[in-house]
Parts: sequence; C-alpha cells; structure tokens
Amino acid sequence: MKGSPLAQGVGHRAGRASLTRPLCGHPLPEGEGSDAASNRSFLVLPGPTPMLYAQILLNGLLLGGLYACIAVGFSLVWGVLNVINILHGSFVVLGSYIAYFAHVHWGLHPFLSIFLSGGVLFVVGYAVQRGVINRVIAAPVLTTLVLTFGLDLIVNNGMLLAFTADYRTVRLEHPLGSQIIGGLVVPLDRLAAMGLAVALTVLLFFTLARSKIGRAIVAVRMDAQAAALMGVDVPRIYAVTFGIGALMAGAAGSLLSLVFPISPLNGTEFLGIAFVVCVLGGLGSISGAIVGGFALGAIQSFGALWIGPEHGLTIAFALLLLLLVVKPTGIMGRKGYE
Amino acid sequence: MIRLVLGVAVVGGAAAVPLVADNYLLRLGTMLAMYAVLAQSWNIIGGYAGYPSFATAAFFGLGAYAGALLQGAGAPMPLAWAFACVVAAAFAALLGSAILHLKGHYFAIASLVVAEVLLEITTSWTSLTGGGMGLNLPILRIPVDAQARLFYWSMLALAVASFVMAWLVARGRIGFALRCIKQNEDAAAMVGIDTTFTKVVAFVLSALFVGGAGAMYASWVFYIEPPDVYAVLTSVKPIVMTLLGGAGTLFGPIIGAVLFLIMEETVWRTFLSVHAAVLGLIIVALIFFLPHGVLGLVKRRRPAAPTAGHGSAGQEPANRGGGA
Repeated sequence: MKGSPLAQGVGHRAGRASLTRPLCGHPLPEGEGSDAASNRSFLVLPGPTPMLYAQILLNGLLLGGLYACIAVGFSLVWGVLNVINILHGSFVVLGSYIAYFAHVHWGLHPFLSIFLSGGVLFVVGYAVQRGVINRVIAAPVLTTLVLTFGLDLIVNNGMLLAFTADYRTVRLEHPLGSQIIGGLVVPLDRLAAMGLAVALTVLLFFTLARSKIGRAIVAVRMDAQAAALMGVDVPRIYAVTFGIGALMAGAAGSLLSLVFPISPLNGTEFLGIAFVVCVLGGLGSISGAIVGGFALGAIQSFGALWIGPEHGLTIAFALLLLLLVVKPTGIMGRKGYE
Repeated sequence: MIRLVLGVAVVGGAAAVPLVADNYLLRLGTMLAMYAVLAQSWNIIGGYAGYPSFATAAFFGLGAYAGALLQGAGAPMPLAWAFACVVAAAFAALLGSAILHLKGHYFAIASLVVAEVLLEITTSWTSLTGGGMGLNLPILRIPVDAQARLFYWSMLALAVASFVMAWLVARGRIGFALRCIKQNEDAAAMVGIDTTFTKVVAFVLSALFVGGAGAMYASWVFYIEPPDVYAVLTSVKPIVMTLLGGAGTLFGPIIGAVLFLIMEETVWRTFLSVHAAVLGLIIVALIFFLPHGVLGLVKRRRPAAPTAGHGSAGQEPANRGGGA
C-alpha cells in the first residue's frame, strides 16, 4: 500500500520504464553495424570508420522514412484542426496489431495490410472526430489536449486488456533478407517498408495538392471561416482530415510491424517521434515531415552510436527542447500545406 | 474577518483530524493535501495565466530527488524539503525563461518533454541517483503512527502555504497581470505589463511547492524511482483536478482535489485493471459536462465569488471565450 500511492497509471508508467529499449535497441539491425555500436572500442580503429558511418546513416534513413509516415498525419491534424492528437501513437499501434492479426490469420503481408489498417483507422478517426473532438474544436488548447489524452488512456487501456502488454512480432515466411550493396548491408524488407512509407507520404502530398477534398483541407487550414463562406463543409473537412491522419498512422503501423516489436506500450514512443519530427521539420508541411523524419532517423542512429542506443528518444527530446527554444518554426519553416 | 476566522477553523479542523482518524484515513488525507498542493500550484500558470503547462511531473520528480539526495547525505528532513523547493523554483526560473516565449501547443509539448528528459537523465546518472534501481531514504526512527501524523501535518502545512500563495497571487498585482496575459498577451504588454517577467514568476511559483511536495513524498514513501516520480500522470492529474473544480479560481483546485481523490479511491479501487480507462472516461465526461468545473455551476448563483478582487469574477466568462 505504501509503496507508491502515486503509481496509478500502470499502463503508462510501466510503458515509460521499458519503452525506449526495444525500439531504440533496433536502429542497427543486421550486419556489422550493430556489433560496432555496442562495441565502442571498434571506433578507435581508423580503417572501417567511414564505412561504418555510411552504414549508420543508411540505417537512420531507413527508419526516417517510417518516422515521416508516422508524423505526417499528426502534423496534418495539428495544422488543420489545431489539435494535438495524443491518440496518434495508439493509432499507430492499432495499425500494427491489425497488420499482425491479418498476417497471422489470413497470411496477409504487412505491405498489403496497409490498405486494411489504413481503412479501418480512417473510419475510427472520422468517428472519433465527428463524435467527440468536434464538440470542443473551438475550445482552448488545454481542453483538446486533455481530451485526447483522456481518449488515449481509454484506447491504450483497451488495447492492454485485449492484446496484453506482451511484445509480438510479425515473422515473414519469405523474408527478403539483406543485400550487400557497395559494402553496405541493406535490409531489403526495411528498404521496401521505407519506400512504401515515403510513397504514401508523397501520395498524401498529391492528394492535398490536386484532389478536390485536398484543396478543401488546405483551404480550411488557411482560413476556416473563409472556406465556410466558399461552401466548404468545415466540420466534415475536420473529420476527414482527422480520418486521414489516423489512416496515415494505421498504414505506418502496418509497415512498422515489420521493423519493431508490437505492444500497446509503444504508443507513447510513436507519439514522441511524431512530436519531434513535427517540430524538427516545421509544422504544417509534408516536406517538413519528410525532412524531419529523415533528420530524426539519422540523429537517433548516430546518437545510438555515440551516446548509447537506450538514449535514442531522450536525444530526440533534448533536441526538440533546444529547437523549440531556438527556432520553434523548424528547419523548413512554417507552411500552410500549399 | 469572518473569512479569516472560517479559514483558521477549517485548517484547525483539518489539523485535528489525526485525533480521530486511523492510518488509512491519514494516508488519504496526506494524498489529498499533496494533490491540493499540485493542483493549486498548477492553477497559477495554467488557470490564471492560461499556459497549458505539463511540467508538474518535472518539478515533482526534481524535488523528490533533490530532497532524497540531501537527506541521504544526512541533512534533516525540513532542510531537505526547503532545499527541494529552492531547486524546483530555480529550475523553473531557468526553464521558464527558455520556453515561456512559446505559445499554445508548442509550450505544452516543450513542458511535457522536460519531465521525460529529466527522467532519462536521472535513470542514466546511476552514480548520483541510483539509476533505475531507485533510491532508498533513511528510515525514520519513530513509531508508524507518529510518522503518519508527521507527514499528514507537513503536507497539510504545505497545502496551506500553497493556498496562501495562490490567494496572494489572485488578489495581488501579479494575479491581475496574469489574467490580462490570459485574455490577450499583446494587449497586456501594450498597457505596460512586463509579460515575460510575470510569466516566469508565475512559473516559478507553480514549481516552488511542487518541489517541496515531491521531497515530502519521497520522505513519506522511503523509496523513489524515476518512473514513479516523473510519471506523466503527475502532470495530468493536477490539470484534471483544477478543471474539475474550476480553473482560475482560488477554491477550484481544492474542490477538484477532493472530488478527484474520492473518485480515485472509490472507482479505481473497484476497477483495478481498467483504472486508466476510467480516468480517461472521467476526463472526457468532465470536458463535455463540466467545462467550467464545479465552481462554474455555482458561479451564476453567487456572483460574489471568492476571487473578487479587481472585479475578476466578472471577467471569468470573458476569459474562456477569449481563449478559443
């Protein structure tokens, strides 16, 4: 009883403690890179260092594409609705679970289940926005923030009950393995996942730039009242935008199921990644999310090498604080999804 | 005058609780006082100034470790607690001058991330903090009953101190300045309010007693570990309590703390595996059905609210509209 009267949020609390390990232990997957990172004395040798750096950069970029995909939906919702969606991390995890179960039960490859998880999460996101968040959309920042935090507690607790906190992994029957290209170990599955993630992000860019609904979203982002006067159904656009944000999270979750172990406890980490990428790249632009994603991937990989793999997210957070203090608009500056 | 007498009577009554209560009730009372300290402190930056701070856990954890380390070095408990207050306040002054120029979501995220960074630093700095193994505090050589009373009274004293601080803020120039900042920061700067300085002062005040509460908590439970004292929920709970009672009011945080503790003890205990979800539901219900807190319900009927200085009671509804 006396142990810790404060320790009420077991889910979140336990999550904190163990979160950073499984994910950030990963950035150096196969090949010599991972050995080198754990064995620092290796760095003293002059010979292989440039190759090692190239390998680490590559690993970082492979992660970075996925990070961009995680963050772009978060950034879109933040930019258009002015809502920080604390649920985003849980949406990603939900996408991973959909991919996992689709793979276990139907043998569906995670590359294909992006359609399933994206579709399901679009519906979830649309419903959550329409039913809950839209009612307080004009309220102060604190209200929406606390509200999505509350919703996240519910969803995360639900996932813990339904799926338990055990880590699960998707094991492919026919993994593509790795290729050595120019002396670098390239894990092909990850490369493909990264390629798909970037492709999805670019697809979103063209959707916003070309399609009718995309132009409406951009219009609402620029000036919701003016958009309403032009005949745009603003609440519907809000819901669609939130749905798209969730869709991107779900698709990213599917792709991530190949790379990271799946557990409800990872939601917070994905949320943290989304925060950092958004601030790093600058809010409100897809190019910002891509630049921020790749930057974070590279920074985490080198941070894992120099400071230790368990500090990956801390480095990112420290960087985020620094950046917020110095240049809150991010590398790419603030934009309006033009 | 009547209010003063009433206040003394309430505090006296609360202080006399150990005469009749058992240790379980005392433990609840200590928790209540601690929650009141956290909520009252958050209310200064979050309620009066309208800055969505999630830094409470950072101050709490920092205070807990500062106090625990000093106590571990052989310092007496009250000195350790005072030291923790100073450390938290100094940290808030530095942090505040760095991040208080941010607004809205950016400020929220920056303040949220601070606890996370401190958590990792504390975990990694094994030589000083014991790292993930946590830190044991010296055991008090007095009977368990006496301990329960001691910590209850100490926490109660801290709660009273934070209430007095909030009262001074609410009726003083700084409270007026903070309310101006909440409504329109640019306009506040234009009429001659030093907004940066005022915000930093508010941030420091919102950290001062939280640091002390952290140190008291550490002494009380004898053992702290990073994920316990830097938990995100420590940042979120005071916000929920304050919103529950009524943000930007003097009594809101206390009422909120009482209601929250009752819910925590009755509801969560029954539904242990879903208590996070229950907290989530409470938050959602609170935002939909009680957006202005319990005091928001009563305010209509009693226009002369307790915060009546500088006509603040009349300003409150305008605040909310302006924040949108």
